[in-house]
Amino acid sequence: MTEKIQGLLPQDLPHRPRRIGGIVLQIALIVVIAGLAYGAILDLAQNLARAHVASGFGFWNNTAGFDISQTLISYSPSTSSFGRAFWVGLLNTLLVAAIGIVLATVLGFVVGIARLSRNWLIARLAGGYVELIRNVPLLLQLLFWYNAVLKSLPQLRGSVALPGGGILNNRGLFLPRPEFGPYFAAALIALFVAIAVAIVLRDWARRRRERTGRQIRIVLPVLILVCGLPLAVLALAGFPLGFSVPHMGRFNVSGGVEILPEFAALVLALTVYTAAFIAEVVRAGVLAVPAGQTEAAQALGLRSAATLRLVVVPQAMRVIMPPLTSQYLNLIKNSSLAVTIGYPDLVQVFAGSVLNITGQAVEVIAITMAVYLAISLFTSLLMNLYARATAIVER
Amino acid sequence: MSAIGDQSLLYVRRSPADRLPPPAARAGALGWLRTNLFSSPANIVLTLGCVLFIVWAVPPLLRFFLIDAVWSGTDPDACLASPAQPHPGACWAFVRVWYSYFVYGFYPIGQRWRVDLFFLALAFGVVWLLRLSAPRRDIGALYFFVVLPVLSFVLLHGAPWIGLRVVPTALWGGILVTVVVATIGMVASLPLGILLALARRSEMPVVKLFAVIFIEFVRGVPLITVLFMASVMLPLFVPEHLAPDKLVRALIGVALFASAYMAEVVRGGLIAVPRGQYEAARALGLSYRRMTGLVILPQALRVTLPNIVNTFIGLFKDTTLVFIVGIFDFLRTIEAARADPKWAAPTTTVTGYVFAALFYFVCCYGMSRYARNVEARLTRSDRR
Repeated sequence: MTEKIQGLLPQDLPHRPRRIGGIVLQIALIVVIAGLAYGAILDLAQNLARAHVASGFGFWNNTAGFDISQTLISYSPSTSSFGRAFWVGLLNTLLVAAIGIVLATVLGFVVGIARLSRNWLIARLAGGYVELIRNVPLLLQLLFWYNAVLKSLPQLRGSVALPGGGILNNRGLFLPRPEFGPYFAAALIALFVAIAVAIVLRDWARRRRERTGRQIRIVLPVLILVCGLPLAVLALAGFPLGFSVPHMGRFNVSGGVEILPEFAALVLALTVYTAAFIAEVVRAGVLAVPAGQTEAAQALGLRSAATLRLVVVPQAMRVIMPPLTSQYLNLIKNSSLAVTIGYPDLVQVFAGSVLNITGQAVEVIAITMAVYLAISLFTSLLMNLYARATAIVER
Repeated sequence: MSAIGDQSLLYVRRSPADRLPPPAARAGALGWLRTNLFSSPANIVLTLGCVLFIVWAVPPLLRFFLIDAVWSGTDPDACLASPAQPHPGACWAFVRVWYSYFVYGFYPIGQRWRVDLFFLALAFGVVWLLRLSAPRRDIGALYFFVVLPVLSFVLLHGAPWIGLRVVPTALWGGILVTVVVATIGMVASLPLGILLALARRSEMPVVKLFAVIFIEFVRGVPLITVLFMASVMLPLFVPEHLAPDKLVRALIGVALFASAYMAEVVRGGLIAVPRGQYEAARALGLSYRRMTGLVILPQALRVTLPNIVNTFIGLFKDTTLVFIVGIFDFLRTIEAARADPKWAAPTTTVTGYVFAALFYFVCCYGMSRYARNVEARLTRSDRR
């Protein structure tokens, strides 16, 4: 009996001998890749020696010697090192990405919801926006904003004075800079205290509702608390807040906060472009919530605002979050296009200027890639944690 | 009682009444307006806002790009403000003068028929492959993936043994380069992507590890850094005499980048194939290769075709980035032309960009319409 069906047992089916073939294949793969890497390193050493390029990361502490047009931390071309330039570039990248992400999210949600509107006209307008923006390369849009829009603004003499003391010309946008007096930190601390108290209050109200079934309206007290406490502290300190207003000079604008046209163009292009993709993500997410969920919520007697807040949005967010995160990552990676218009981001400063001066292509590009990779992996990690926290608990 | 039988008092209908038209407020143009534009006060405000926006934005655009536009002329003076045209619009004359530069770059004028022939051969292959009703699409695939690359290389680069002069890639430019980069990226990324996706789902740990590292690494960094790596670092990693041509370096960068994204798209399709299909193929005694080629991949690629096309759209847009490593693609020729001091009219910048945007939009929108059609067809055929 056993003898008879022996030939049909799984270990005799064709995939059994593949185990050995698989091991051979894997060893061969390792050998080939190691060989390629070894050959590449030999060639690299030869080529570098011939070109008299140094290797290693010794350049990190050498004086940079080039200027950067926007620095969030103190930097001077004559004393700061290449390492300092790296941090300046990285911070500029993070700044443009953070502002771009906030604006693109707002615009993207507005457009995505407008596409779902029952109003025919606004749905069509939003749809046209999405189709137009998604089908034109970002680089072209960036060049358009920079060269066709911002560079055609009036020159210094014909600067536009904005309401509130701002100045706009083709060298940038100059805005009043808030200057904080003493005790301003106290107001900030008061704000945080007020928010903390508000959270405690909300939890207390929720627990109370769950125990007794009675709703307690805490919106008004919380509003008074969060707005009132910092304002009261400010009033006690005599409103220690002033503004440094930009002034028109003969050749320059002095004072205030300067927003470079490169920065503005990059933020505009990234925002407008990414918002079109976010709009599609939002639309898909909202459409993914079955209509029965809304009907069930209404049948339970929830009002439309509560239906949205408690039933539709939580379910839509679960669908929206993963593609939304990948759009954020795309935005961060796309901010490297800054190099074409000369905004001093990580790629322009580090993989551009530093690479050209030191000539150490391998080290510089490896560091640049490592930074983007670290950002991506860190974000994926957060994303996975979020997905695990909000996963549907099935029976 | 007798009155009922009396004809003059008869009020019972013996035939159906004529159908009344629906209420004016529910049907026809007025009803459509009511339900779609003016259903509530908030909607009325929104509609009015949109109408105001359209009235504000559209007429100036029409005036600039069509009515006041300069259509003919051979020098920039035609596009400058003059008493005859105080507000000159878009300078289409600029596009007409530079048109052949935008298409061919510096490709020698006497040899440009070769580029035209390449475009024709490519269009033929694309139509053959993409028209779902075309005959013998397997031969079409063979033509597209084997014959066409060889033919294109002979045509564009040249082959002295049949009398075609060699044209170095430094002279290629414009739409030619954009199309070459995009096509090679697509043709290379699909098979590479499929291989990587299969490797990532492989049971062999080493193969899987390499695939995961490659895919996650490439997807985690911007294309610019990959292009920098290909153009700056690649020549350092090979013996000096083997250093590839500048265009080839960029092509390698684009192809590797696109294949990592393609791998993830294909992997999505592989996951979508039900487990039973694998088990059934195994139960029939198919080897891994046959199972993958005959059962799994046809189904996986079919459901993921719209996503593949979307990846192609992204790739087509991303070809503009080769601009940054110094290759004369279409966008770079636009930049060069608009910055040419001999053509310094204030409207040339906007005109050049809008022309470029039109080109990219037509290509990408066409692809996305195709993807949508295929998707609709698939859902129709799945609904048995």
